[in-house]
Amino acid sequence: MIEWPLWEVFIRSQHGLAHKHVGSLHAPDAEMAIKNARDVYTRRNEGVSIWVVRSADVHASAPSERGPLFEPANDKVYRHPTFFPMPEEVKHL
Amino acid sequence: MYAQMVETGVAKVRDAHEMSPDEQAFQARVDADIKIEPKDEMPDAYRRTLIRQIQQHAHSEIVGMLPEGNWITRAPTLKRKAILMAKVQDEAGHGLYLYSAAETLGVSRDQLIADLHAGKVKYSSIFNYPTLSWADIGAIGWLVDGAAIMNQIPLCRCSYGPYARAMIRICKEESFHQRQGFDIMLTLCRGTPAQKAMAQDALNRWWWPSLMMFGPPDAESVHSAQSARWKIKLLSNDELRQRFVDQTVPQADYLGIAMPDPQLKWNETSGHYDIGPIDWDEFHNVLKGNGPCNRDRMRTRVKAWEDGAWVRDAAVAYAEKQARKAA
Ligand SMILES: [Fe+2]
Ligand SMILES: [Fe+2]
Repeated sequence: MIEWPLWEVFIRSQHGLAHKHVGSLHAPDAEMAIKNARDVYTRRNEGVSIWVVRSADVHASAPSERGPLFEPANDKVYRHPTFFPMPEEVKHL
Repeated sequence: MYAQMVETGVAKVRDAHEMSPDEQAFQARVDADIKIEPKDEMPDAYRRTLIRQIQQHAHSEIVGMLPEGNWITRAPTLKRKAILMAKVQDEAGHGLYLYSAAETLGVSRDQLIADLHAGKVKYSSIFNYPTLSWADIGAIGWLVDGAAIMNQIPLCRCSYGPYARAMIRICKEESFHQRQGFDIMLTLCRGTPAQKAMAQDALNRWWWPSLMMFGPPDAESVHSAQSARWKIKLLSNDELRQRFVDQTVPQADYLGIAMPDPQLKWNETSGHYDIGPIDWDEFHNVLKGNGPCNRDRMRTRVKAWEDGAWVRDAAVAYAEKQARKAA
């Protein structure tokens, strides 16, 4: 007997918000994955939209690469508005 | 608890100087409350212990549906029936959240289920007791879900990300379970003398097994120290049990029914209730498979799995056919 493939489930909780990962489940195909996701992850009106993605199709960055991968942002503090001190008298900036 | 006496595979908690540099780095992350995520480096023993713990927890949610499912067809009103179905369905959901968390550690779900059915992995002792009357459904929600909440709230802060997130989802749903149970008890206790006697009888049978859910006394819990170090167990068995007793005794007083413990009394000095001795022989015996319902529970689970095999196979065949058509 073949095990049903694993699907990652993403739910958009309200209009205007992004889909958010909530967990995973097994289903034979996408249609069943969405039906199962409804029963497993939205029993209390948690969602207005469901995405399912085969877990095998998700590519993730490696935790061991975290340093070099995110390093470019580390020395660019000027990307944050707080980098620029503003005179107190100046408003609306 | 839902995961009782989880083996860590270690004989004693190791000091920093006994750990490899990798293990030291891992422990430092745990100590700094940095969540461990599926692809992160982790010691083998941590991974194996978590698989065991989450798996036991998941199985408990699934097997836990059986004693309550027993009363769905006989719930006293349509309203109670709908509520009980929703509650039992939540428990199925809890099992699924947890299997999903366990799978992030590199085990297959079918393997987890096969391990349960082969008797290789335990589930909570509490679900091996029978539900003899409708009042038992009240007692389970009030006491068993109440004890589960006690244990699960701290686990929302545990070190493993997927497990912590599953616990947060579960905890949000549990207080409905406990309240519906208490509501059943309250209705019975405000009913006829016979109904109140039913509630008392259920409390008599479920009180001690509920206290056993928290597991053996701290002095005998060999694996607790390592699990605490890894932050996959945040409060000790005795601490959780005491909190549960302190919270529950006044609720029983309100219901006007009494704990089946002649030694139970308020301790002015400690500010806690003292309880009589727990029958640990009974607990170990139930874990060994000799509780009133162990065999029945497993038989029902295995039958459900086997009876459902053709549905699972048919769904796969259909999915394959559709994929071929689309190709
Ligand atoms: Fe649950
Ligand atoms: Fe529950």
